[in-house]
Amino acid sequence: LWGSHICRVRGLSSSSGPRVCIVGGGPAGFYTAQQLLKNTAVDIYERLPVPFGLVRFGVAPDHPEVKNVINTFTQTGQHERCSFHGNVNVGKDVTIDELRQAYHAVVLSYGAEGNRSMGIPGEGLPGVFSAKDFVGWYNGLPSNKELHPDLSFETAVILGQGNVALDVARILLAPVEMLKETDITQNALEALAGSKVRRVLIVGRRGPLQIACTIKELREMVNLPNTRADMLPADFEGIAEALKDLPRPRKRLTELMMKAVKEGGDDKAEKCWGFRFFRSPVEVLAGADGKRATGIRLALNKLEGSGESARAEVTGQLEDVDCGLIISSIGYKSIPIDPAVPFDPRRAIVPNEMGRVQDTAGLYCSGWVKRGPTGVIATTMNDSFDTARVLIQDMEAGKLDLSVNKPGAQAITALLQTRGVRAVLFSQWEKINAAEEKRGKSLGKAREKLLDVDEMLKIAWS
Amino acid sequence: MLAQQDSMAFRKCVQVLLRSSLAPLCHPGSTRAHPRFLHTVPRLCSQSQPNGSSGSKVLVHFVNQSGVKSSVFVTEGETLLDVVIKKNLDISGFGACEGTLACSTCHLIFEESVYDKLEPMVDEEVDMLDLAYGLTKTSRLGCQVTVERWMDGMTVHVPQEIKDQRGKQEAMRSK
Repeated sequence: LWGSHICRVRGLSSSSGPRVCIVGGGPAGFYTAQQLLKNTAVDIYERLPVPFGLVRFGVAPDHPEVKNVINTFTQTGQHERCSFHGNVNVGKDVTIDELRQAYHAVVLSYGAEGNRSMGIPGEGLPGVFSAKDFVGWYNGLPSNKELHPDLSFETAVILGQGNVALDVARILLAPVEMLKETDITQNALEALAGSKVRRVLIVGRRGPLQIACTIKELREMVNLPNTRADMLPADFEGIAEALKDLPRPRKRLTELMMKAVKEGGDDKAEKCWGFRFFRSPVEVLAGADGKRATGIRLALNKLEGSGESARAEVTGQLEDVDCGLIISSIGYKSIPIDPAVPFDPRRAIVPNEMGRVQDTAGLYCSGWVKRGPTGVIATTMNDSFDTARVLIQDMEAGKLDLSVNKPGAQAITALLQTRGVRAVLFSQWEKINAAEEKRGKSLGKAREKLLDVDEMLKIAWS
Repeated sequence: MLAQQDSMAFRKCVQVLLRSSLAPLCHPGSTRAHPRFLHTVPRLCSQSQPNGSSGSKVLVHFVNQSGVKSSVFVTEGETLLDVVIKKNLDISGFGACEGTLACSTCHLIFEESVYDKLEPMVDEEVDMLDLAYGLTKTSRLGCQVTVERWMDGMTVHVPQEIKDQRGKQEAMRSK
């Protein structure tokens, strides 16, 4: 069945068939692979020993159903013509040009590992974190295991009002009972159990009608036990009147917010959260000793225009908020992987036309590195399917020279060996997976993630 | 009903049925680590009847993104997501969250007469539908619709994706 598909691809004279490799083992990588597998063999290269990217390290621990996509990715990883190579750092252990020599096509799906900075004084002070790092910390990303956020302050301020910001707020305020059976890391669970944070403000530049989060996440905030909503009615002036003209998704979201403003919630609640609109961060304030963040200075904005394209304009007014934990959730950001790959530093993506990398035959991209770091898993899924389709079209149209035999993983593995790099195969990841589930079981949790790359490798290669 | 199908669709229907029954033989390389079949009932879905019940066979026509029609006989009590998975219908990326109301990829468009008779939506379904591509007035999530006798002969459409020369328009909100 599979063979007949491969033979359909024009120009094929070698018996090994077309070979494509994908850089990045997250949702974009796996969804792209899934579609490509119908026509070609696929190898996936991933820097960490473990696959799945933000599905593992980004999705909140209390959203396990969102992680169900791992089941379909697992099928892909186990497919006889798919080969996963973890623990391989493309750009450092092997170059893009070396991959392009070994494969008929290369797809860049390495996502966005950086974050947008606020660009304000004091941003580097202790107590200030990017949401990317904070989320990485409670989700067990090895490079964030030493984060040790100080949770001994009453007020936390989050900049940004997208779903990541709401995830962070919810994890900060959720009762520990809600988290203790999830796959949140044990050290994060213990830190949160001892947390003194009681008030979380979620700050946005524009108004309620421009908020970027979606209704499911807002509902979860409204329904948090022992927590009440603390909003500023002044932020909602004119909103009720605008409701009737809004499209349904925006209307329902706004109505739920208005309900939270009106009802507030249980006065006896020990914790509170609230949106603060029309405010931009201008400076992180340090205490008298200048050693850590003790507050944030916000500039008050007014809105020019309306709807999704409304702009925030400065008014000159300022407001200081005392707080000991500041989390900037204003966007992830892709970084260039290899000098041989074109990169647009302004948009922080790889320049492309429908997934074909600009001026570079045989190089494609999918996911956040192609479109920018927004959208849910399903967005990335559709995008990855599109790139795969374009690549197959190019194969069938003769745009890729399939008459040349390409060695694929055989050559890359040999090359990596000379550099002292050994890959983790999918079946070896499954040993890590089993170990994590076993550790979790003894703690009453879905899994206890390994935080140390060396530990992961030891188990993988045991 | 069957007379309305062209022979292409009928052949495809037979292929689909054959493929699903031969699946374990034809795909030795793609073993399943976890059952994808949706026996776990999402918290807000009406109860699916257990397999092998005396539920009658209902004819449902699916039209996928490319306009290809598949006609299948399904058992009363299954959700439309169950059907797509079990019958291995050619619909890319359907049911990513496996029926737990955490995505909108099982989005289906119904005929108005059918839509009006479906069980009303709970908030959580509307929340997810609100994020779906190509939302219409007769859209529902397939994981929330249970097949019943009176649906015999209905046609459901998988939404067309919005495409232009520059590529896909982004209809989804920010994460």
